[in-house]
Amino acid sequence: MKHIKTVNKPNLQQSLKTGGCGECQASCQSACKTSCTVGNQTCEK
Amino acid sequence: MKAKIHKFEQNGSYMLLDINSGAVHVIDKLAYEIMDYFDGTNDAAVLGQMAGRYPRGEVEEVLSELHALMDEHQLFASDIDVPPTFRQQGLVKSLCLMVAQDCNMRCKYCFGDGGSYGQERAVMSPEVGKGAIDFLLSNCGPFRKHFEVDFFGGEPLMNMQTVQAVTEYARRMEKERKVHFKLTMTTNGLLLDDEKIKWLNDNHISVVLSTDGRRETHDRMRPDAGGQGTYDRVMRNFKKFVDSRKGEAYYMRGTYTRENLDFTEDVLAMQDAGFDVLSMEPVVLKDGPLALREADLPRIYEEYDRLVDAYLQRHREGKGFFFFHFNMDLSNGPCVAKRLSGCGSGHEYFAIAENGDIYPCHQFVGREQYLMGNIYEGVTNRKLSRYFRESHVLNKEKCRGCWVRFFCSGGCHANDDLFHGDIRKPYELGCELQKKRLECALYVQAVLALEKMEQGEKVGEFTTAESIH
Repeated sequence: MKHIKTVNKPNLQQSLKTGGCGECQASCQSACKTSCTVGNQTCEK
Repeated sequence: MKAKIHKFEQNGSYMLLDINSGAVHVIDKLAYEIMDYFDGTNDAAVLGQMAGRYPRGEVEEVLSELHALMDEHQLFASDIDVPPTFRQQGLVKSLCLMVAQDCNMRCKYCFGDGGSYGQERAVMSPEVGKGAIDFLLSNCGPFRKHFEVDFFGGEPLMNMQTVQAVTEYARRMEKERKVHFKLTMTTNGLLLDDEKIKWLNDNHISVVLSTDGRRETHDRMRPDAGGQGTYDRVMRNFKKFVDSRKGEAYYMRGTYTRENLDFTEDVLAMQDAGFDVLSMEPVVLKDGPLALREADLPRIYEEYDRLVDAYLQRHREGKGFFFFHFNMDLSNGPCVAKRLSGCGSGHEYFAIAENGDIYPCHQFVGREQYLMGNIYEGVTNRKLSRYFRESHVLNKEKCRGCWVRFFCSGGCHANDDLFHGDIRKPYELGCELQKKRLECALYVQAVLALEKMEQGEKVGEFTTAESIH
């Protein structure tokens, strides 16, 4: 594309069906502790 | 109305996020302007709006590209509702053990009242610590294999007896139950001597090291109980510690306040001191001279822009560092269920006070209306636990339509309670800082992705997010 460059292949919609295993690391929404909010995480599957 | 896209300008680039798919697009100025009008169905109106300002052919090109994205479900993707993968009731996966509600520092911004959390200074017994592990294993469900236990305080190194007893017990349970415990500790470093360093390494404890960056910032904010600066003592210990584990399984974190809004200098000071897995967080205080205010936001935004520049400059010079808030895996991020669960406080994650009482998280310890039970009887306030479980972004009025909802997961319940007495009313300043950090992170990740794409790598087949130590 000339005007738009997409930089990822997102998985959010797909994960509506496949997610929820709960094996991922806990996050901390205030970031006071793990420093890692949800958005900073990777799926562990 | 729920926002479907978010567009923003960051460090000179135009960015477009499709909220419900998570697609991130780097766009040119024309496309950026067109997105002020385009809703997926109104090409003729857009052409009319742009007439006379841009050549019609160029506008038609952009519209064609936007429709191609829609066909790929990467623009105006369908709204997300609570999926069946989000269980009605949470299963316990993580605990924070307040092994020492006591501390040998008196940090100026401490949310735990110098470690005591408004209660008597006390330490957790080994029996309570082991009972907490039993509580977790009795409430984790039959399938989950990975658990986390964090030794917290106060200062956890003040109670090594319990830390060691719990570690030994957790390792035994790993073998018996065929599960895995990730054990972590957050320390201020004052007591980090050779013996403890060896024990932490031998027992595979991941460690969070607290410092505030520059010597003058650190010494002003983090005095010991006698009021003396601690920078030289803790940095000597931290360096020895990190070298001893070859830079693995640690990260260094700091807090910025109204007194160091030039916190980029503190982040760089950490790296210059020999550490490269870093984080720097905004202080959360209701009032007082250190508290951040709404009027500070423009200055803080400017500082995050500076931090982005410094981060990318060091990356390009081959001496990059890891900064937690810029880390994102845009192609393999958390599932929707996780984004609704958020930190899990009060339903998947609990803090255990020194006497075995259960609270939704470490910040709630001592807030008696949030006492949820104890390790012997379990979570007895089921109604409160359910309220936490259901306090996700699709149920919080101000979050439901916000563009950042699937990245912040609604912010911090403890902060919401502190400012509004209600975990469903977001702490607004925290929201604004989160949005800015996310814009910076999306930009950083886009820049790194474009570098990979120029090297011939295909979108979706690479991650720019480095593994978390």
